[in-house]
Amino acid sequence: MKLTVWTYEAPPHVGAMRIATAMEGVHYVLHAPQGDTYADLLFTMIERRDQRPPVTYTTFQARDLGADTAEIFKEAAREAYERFEPDLMLVGASCTAELIQDDPGGLARALNLPIPVVPLELPSYQRKENWGAAETFLQLVRALARPRTAPRAEGEAPSCNILGPTALGFRHRDDLDEIHRLLVRMGLRVNVVAPLGARAHDIARLGEADFNVVLYPEIAGSAARHLERACRQPFTKTVPIGVNATREFIAEIGALAGIDVSDVLAEGAGRLPWWSRSVDSNYLTGKRVFVFGDATHAIAAARVAAEELCFEVVGLGTYSRELAREVREAAGRLGLEALITDDHLEVEDAIAAAAPELVLGTQMERHIAKRLGIACAVISAPVHVQDFPARYSPQMGFEGANVLFDTFVHPLVMGLEEHLLSMFRDDFEFNDAAVPSHLASEHAAPRREAAPATPPAEPIVVAPPAAASTETDASASPAWTAEAEKELLKIPFFVRGKARRNTERFAHERGVASITLETIYDAKAHFSR
Amino acid sequence: MNRHVIVDGARRPVSAGCADVPAPADARATERSGPVVRTERGQREVFCGLTGIIWMHRKIQDAFFLIVGSRTCAHLMQSAAGVMIFAEPRFATAIIEERDLAGLADANEELDACVERLLARRPDIKMLFLVGSCPSEVIKLDLSRASQRLSARFLPDVRVLSYSGSGIETTFTQGEDACLASLVPSLPRAEPAARELLVVGALADVVEDQFARIFEALGIPARFLPMRRANALPAVGEGTCLLLAQPFLADTARALEDRGAQPLCAPFPLGIEGTTAWLKAAADAFDVDPDLFARVVAPMEARGRAAVARDRARLEGKRIFFFPDSQLEVPIARFLHRELGMELVEIGTPYLHARHMAEELALLPDGVAIVEGQHVDRQLDRCRAAAPDITVCGLGLANPLEAEGLATKWSIELLFTPIHGYDQAADLSGLFVRPLLRRAKLKV
Repeated sequence: MKLTVWTYEAPPHVGAMRIATAMEGVHYVLHAPQGDTYADLLFTMIERRDQRPPVTYTTFQARDLGADTAEIFKEAAREAYERFEPDLMLVGASCTAELIQDDPGGLARALNLPIPVVPLELPSYQRKENWGAAETFLQLVRALARPRTAPRAEGEAPSCNILGPTALGFRHRDDLDEIHRLLVRMGLRVNVVAPLGARAHDIARLGEADFNVVLYPEIAGSAARHLERACRQPFTKTVPIGVNATREFIAEIGALAGIDVSDVLAEGAGRLPWWSRSVDSNYLTGKRVFVFGDATHAIAAARVAAEELCFEVVGLGTYSRELAREVREAAGRLGLEALITDDHLEVEDAIAAAAPELVLGTQMERHIAKRLGIACAVISAPVHVQDFPARYSPQMGFEGANVLFDTFVHPLVMGLEEHLLSMFRDDFEFNDAAVPSHLASEHAAPRREAAPATPPAEPIVVAPPAAASTETDASASPAWTAEAEKELLKIPFFVRGKARRNTERFAHERGVASITLETIYDAKAHFSR
Repeated sequence: MNRHVIVDGARRPVSAGCADVPAPADARATERSGPVVRTERGQREVFCGLTGIIWMHRKIQDAFFLIVGSRTCAHLMQSAAGVMIFAEPRFATAIIEERDLAGLADANEELDACVERLLARRPDIKMLFLVGSCPSEVIKLDLSRASQRLSARFLPDVRVLSYSGSGIETTFTQGEDACLASLVPSLPRAEPAARELLVVGALADVVEDQFARIFEALGIPARFLPMRRANALPAVGEGTCLLLAQPFLADTARALEDRGAQPLCAPFPLGIEGTTAWLKAAADAFDVDPDLFARVVAPMEARGRAAVARDRARLEGKRIFFFPDSQLEVPIARFLHRELGMELVEIGTPYLHARHMAEELALLPDGVAIVEGQHVDRQLDRCRAAAPDITVCGLGLANPLEAEGLATKWSIELLFTPIHGYDQAADLSGLFVRPLLRRAKLKV
């Protein structure tokens, strides 16, 4: 048993729901106890869908346990067929129904429905949401897709499928739009988009394309590998998130389709490159950033952060165990060891230890960062309702890169603003007691003690109690001379704490008992290297 | 359908209620046929009892709720609890894994280890509920034995109890019922001569405080269950008068009655009329002077009624349809019908406890349709055909129905908003005004 409050992923049958809900004319009959219908509201509330997910639950209760539940399943499947008239039905069990061992596949077969019925085996006690989505998509493709019979006609444009976008996917709607447009601009014909918006007969003609574009390897990876074997379709390995990855993606498509892509590459790469070169971005250099999310988005965000914004990536991790190898490789390229875990407490510890200035993560990291007082941007599911925005906001392609620049930088700008505001709050002109300057001459109200010529008289920081003892105490912080303390106040407040810590550490390591003006600058020279 | 609306309690039509319901105390005539109750079976679009933890853990401030379940249970709690999950909530899930399914002995050891780790991390916890789920029930993991075993180990610091919040046994608010029923055996025995009122059902603290002040003014010694602290268990005995504040507490009431508590019959304290009748039941049981009663409640009644009256213009004549969710549907429908003049199309409820609901049913108009249980697709068909002005339903149905052009009020808010008592009656009616007002004002 594993003690859990937060889970990054839902159980695998929710992954199957994401596929069913993404498609058209598909109905999922799920053998599940009363209460499992809670998953509907992920789609109707978080993604704000205007229709119920196409899922019928058997919602059996304790009094039904025994021979009855199989009959309940058959009746639910029969009724769902008659009511919704789907082109295809998925059948399966949730975690509890897995234990009672009715066989949804066999029961559905016995009904002899005149449509394809795809049974799903989703081991709820071993696997999770993304695996469930990938497996469901794979089973659909395996059941329906066939290799094309005739080769592409002479003169016809090369074609591809776009695989991966689902319901409840982080920015899937706009990523699809962005990449679809890019592919068309390159002169390609998009044969089928799946699962989002596809019907059963679309899955059946997947084999007619020349190759596959895999947007989200977590979801479409196994189906793409199956199609590579069964239909001899190669598939893309680059996920086009970030300017460089998008350019590589375009080149990869060019190679797969045998087309010239230099035009498209020459058109430019959106605004990120210039925004990042403009002098205003100088202060982004070397900002320490911690990245955590699903494998695809974490790898991509780390690359954008390092190459395209000049951040220093100080941590990289994922909850996607299926793609742990890829994340380890990406971390290795950055000189890091990847954090592979689905325990949010471990992630919190790692973030605290790395002490980043920016966290790029999921909804969970947003809250961790909030608690630790660190800036944060969301780059990956799981996300709340605000990350299914009304406005166009892809992560992929060149417009996606524009979105990423704004998203990553915005919380930092905000952070700087906040620092400046609180710095000015202590300033002699902007403090609460100061009267408006245009009134100062006629208004005799006493101004604050601090004279404009010297920094505001900050209370001298009392050394921690341990240090108050004697100089022989080795663990004690070194004492500050009055002169050094005064010098410290000249350092801008938002780096003052760091300067104080560094100086004390420096003095402590060298056994300096009393910090003088010289010690401050010795320490500064030492740490700036 | 009977469409007359009479708000004044003194002139209300009286009834023998449904055939299987004992007549309320003041029934005088039998010309009424009462509501039409029928049951329905099929897919139920409802929460399971685990969701009760979300308000119960806020109420009992030093209790922790450990669900023994699957990833689905943890994900349900996460989805239902929203941002609360980030505030170190006092609940968690021990997720059953593949290896726990191999053998039961192992599962018990694993559970003990989870509890040990948890209590070491949270020394402030005084009461621990092991909460059963569908998977733990199906694999027959005996949580009551586990709770005894763990209690023996951790008492007197921590009392360990167990109940089931599984979907196969409980619907939404029944989780609170199961939780409170599990507490009953722990309650100290009251002296037989000690006359005390026990108000049962979790209420928002602000509401509980209002009621406590009223009972004090009436001279009624009152205690509340659930209590706010684990060590403040109310006593129960033959002198205890049991007054339910919530309609979904069948098992708790039975367990308290088994320990001698005397049940009081009353409508539930929703709306002005309901609150007065509910307080009156307690006042009568404690022989409170009618003049004192009138002096205490009259100003609050007047204030509440004036506030509710402002919403009447917006809701009068509007037709409302309830999907089943919490068992609060019947008393809320009674309030909306009698005090705001709404017309009741259909009242869905997950369960209808005949005895506890008798006073409510007597206040409903003839022929109104009450549906116990659910076949969600058929109910949706009926709802669309009826095209009500407002539909009360869960979040899985609300947006799809809005997209079809129906105004909805999502029902879970009725559990998380203080709605009981005089000063919350207008907040309750306000919840139904807002969606209609918004639809009227939106220009896109």
